[in-house]
Amino acid sequence: MSYCKQEGKDRIIFVTKEDHEAPSNAELIADDPNDPYEDQGLILPSGEINWNCPCLGGMASGPCGTQFKEAFSCFHYSNEEVKGSECIDNFRAMQECMQKYPELYPQEDENEGVAAGGADATAPDSSPAPVASSDSTLSSPTPESAPSSDNTPPTDSQAAS
Amino acid sequence: MWTCKNLWKKLAPLARSSSTLCRQNARGVLLNNERRLPLVPQAHMSSGTPGSRGDNNLYYLLVGATCVGGGFYAYRTIKGDKERYQERINEIASRPNKVVPEQPITEAPGEQAAETPQEPSVELSPVEVTEEPPAPVVKSEPTPVAGSLPAETAEPQTTTETESAAEPATVAPAEVPAPTPVEFPSHAPYLLIGGGTASFAAARSIRARDPGARVLIITDEPDLPYMRPPLSKELWFSDDPSVVDTLRFKQWNGKERSIYFQPPSFYVSPQDLEKVENGGVAVLTGKKVVHMDVRGNKVTLSDDTEISYDKCLIATGGIPRNLQVIERAGEEVTKRTTLFRKVEDFKALDKVSRDTKSITIIGGGFLGSELACALGRRSADSDLEVIQMFPEKGNMGKVLPEYLSNWTTAKVKSEGVAVITEALVKAVSFKDGKVEIKLKDGRVVKTDHIVAAVGLEPSVELAKSAGLEVDSDFGGFRVNAELQARSNIWVAGDAACFYDIRLGRRRVEHHDHAVVSGRLAGENMTGANKPYWHQSMFWSDLGPDVGYEAIGIVDSSLPTVGVFAKATAKDTPKAATEKSGTGIRSESETEGTASSPVASSTPEPPPVLEQKDNYGKGVIFYLRDKVVVGIILWNVFNRMPVARKIIKDGEEHADLNEVAKLFNIHDD
Repeated sequence: MSYCKQEGKDRIIFVTKEDHEAPSNAELIADDPNDPYEDQGLILPSGEINWNCPCLGGMASGPCGTQFKEAFSCFHYSNEEVKGSECIDNFRAMQECMQKYPELYPQEDENEGVAAGGADATAPDSSPAPVASSDSTLSSPTPESAPSSDNTPPTDSQAAS
Repeated sequence: MWTCKNLWKKLAPLARSSSTLCRQNARGVLLNNERRLPLVPQAHMSSGTPGSRGDNNLYYLLVGATCVGGGFYAYRTIKGDKERYQERINEIASRPNKVVPEQPITEAPGEQAAETPQEPSVELSPVEVTEEPPAPVVKSEPTPVAGSLPAETAEPQTTTETESAAEPATVAPAEVPAPTPVEFPSHAPYLLIGGGTASFAAARSIRARDPGARVLIITDEPDLPYMRPPLSKELWFSDDPSVVDTLRFKQWNGKERSIYFQPPSFYVSPQDLEKVENGGVAVLTGKKVVHMDVRGNKVTLSDDTEISYDKCLIATGGIPRNLQVIERAGEEVTKRTTLFRKVEDFKALDKVSRDTKSITIIGGGFLGSELACALGRRSADSDLEVIQMFPEKGNMGKVLPEYLSNWTTAKVKSEGVAVITEALVKAVSFKDGKVEIKLKDGRVVKTDHIVAAVGLEPSVELAKSAGLEVDSDFGGFRVNAELQARSNIWVAGDAACFYDIRLGRRRVEHHDHAVVSGRLAGENMTGANKPYWHQSMFWSDLGPDVGYEAIGIVDSSLPTVGVFAKATAKDTPKAATEKSGTGIRSESETEGTASSPVASSTPEPPPVLEQKDNYGKGVIFYLRDKVVVGIILWNVFNRMPVARKIIKDGEEHADLNEVAKLFNIHDD
């Protein structure tokens, strides 16, 4: 059983696992997915790509940012049967650019990482992520690109929206 | 009636003293007033007012004295205004002389020549430069110097100029013979003052949203933008002996990275910024912005270069505060004192920790406690004595409620730190090769080195020249909810006192806030017009048993409600983190040795644990008017989104235990 005590203005409650088993009756206000103030995920409500998404790390802002944006946009809006098949040139340009900066974009398979696309990111939305981990910036939960700056486990699943 | 009229006429010139036209009028009016006085009494008397002659005389004497005093004051003010007006005209007149980058080198010696008339030997070459048209030299005085007119080029510079010129003063003799012009861009569409976390986050945001943006960061540090938290945490726990040079650390997930946000290849060089095809981010290191001309949309650096901008971010952060008793204690003490903030401070303190026998940390907040734990950890392998002293009753006394602060203090002590609570430093001196700290209650502490972690003073020197408001309650530049100070000027990071829609006006000195506010400022600089809404968080680690994340206003003076998991044998923090693989970084690195500190810090055998209060993990709510404004997740991780939501809602919850259920504190 839980017990409770008061130390001046501070209240302290000790609870066991059983005490917390019953679901909470605390009410939270429903979130508005179109709230303009909120930080958005990778894809905005309008369908556009949010280049400032922390899940992208520094991909859109680095020296190869322009090429990256072109390639990814092409892929995103592609309606071909094989998505992004018409974007080969853009991806090639991006890869060429990235090869010039091996320190920033360690050479792993770029196409794979980007093509998988998607907002699968558990990166905290408020940490600048290193650009270096380009291979899995998008496709997998991004431990590398995640919380180097705040060193906490990715606490904010930002891109879930 | 006539008194009022005269008074009004006197006040009018005072009120409008800065305008030329009125000055001229005022002169005339004043003279008229002075002439009018003798006339009025005659009219007055002829109308036959009551009262004795003596009273009347006294009356006239008083009024006359007031008029003369007022007139004298007005005259002085106007004279001063005339001088200021002259300077202003001079400055405007000299502006058309644009300074080409090569000239700063030649101008700088000119200033020094004016500044150091006592050193004729230095002046030999610069003196020739001063003979040149005075206009460029005058031009390089952005702040109107009292009484300086074009002819008086030899006038010693004052205040801000002396400060900035003082540095080039020593370097100038070397610069003059080899004037290799350092090329700066003369215009930067996006200018970011300060090269820290907020600035970098803004740069990234701008580049993401404005394709091809050209961003110039100006920093007075020699380093590229880096993150600060590892300087007091991870870097100290690294196994790598060369960590002081590499500045690399292991993250929570085991992967290594540098404290620098990006390697040098990420940045464009300042010279190329204007030309490079797709834009980029350039960093100008070792340069300080000393003056900001908001009307002209440009800034002046310490070497007199001017750079104009379209949009500007001020992210100047702050400098560590020092204790007055240390500042006044003399050089022997101050050279044994570290004010910890930058990379160079980390390197210096690392060296000190190896070379001395005793270090005392003054300050019981985040930085002080983290450094104490880091050094305490190091003291386990050496005979280093680590002492921490602060005025509060326990570590983090201003943040954690008392019971938790006491518990934390015990943990810090178990890290090998001798904690002295309720310690007010009265005097510091250097005696017999030791630094002697005298406390108010009489205790004396002898040590080799002091680390002062007593707060941060926001850097607002630019407020004066830029005409920006400085907040008197929290310090820092006062900005609105969108982080804007003026039309094209934003402020982010430690230096920004902003309006938080949910929590009110505040200034936050945490890393994540610098990231969030920097990002937001960057978004707003590219037209987003969004207010500060996503609440930033912060965290701290104090040894293997204490790790917490927090969000919102976490002030120990607020009433709190803490909900803790009743500990069972399996719910130790160590077990929790090992199982989830998350959590305390320091522990992940020293798993082998962690078991012993844990065993020694919880001396009670498991059965007794049930009865004694063990704040192993839980969640603490901070309330203001019954609304949760801050939350600490105590040894509970991955729950920040829930905490953020609760604060965002800003609702009154009747039973906080129900709210605590949302965190599933027993899981892990």
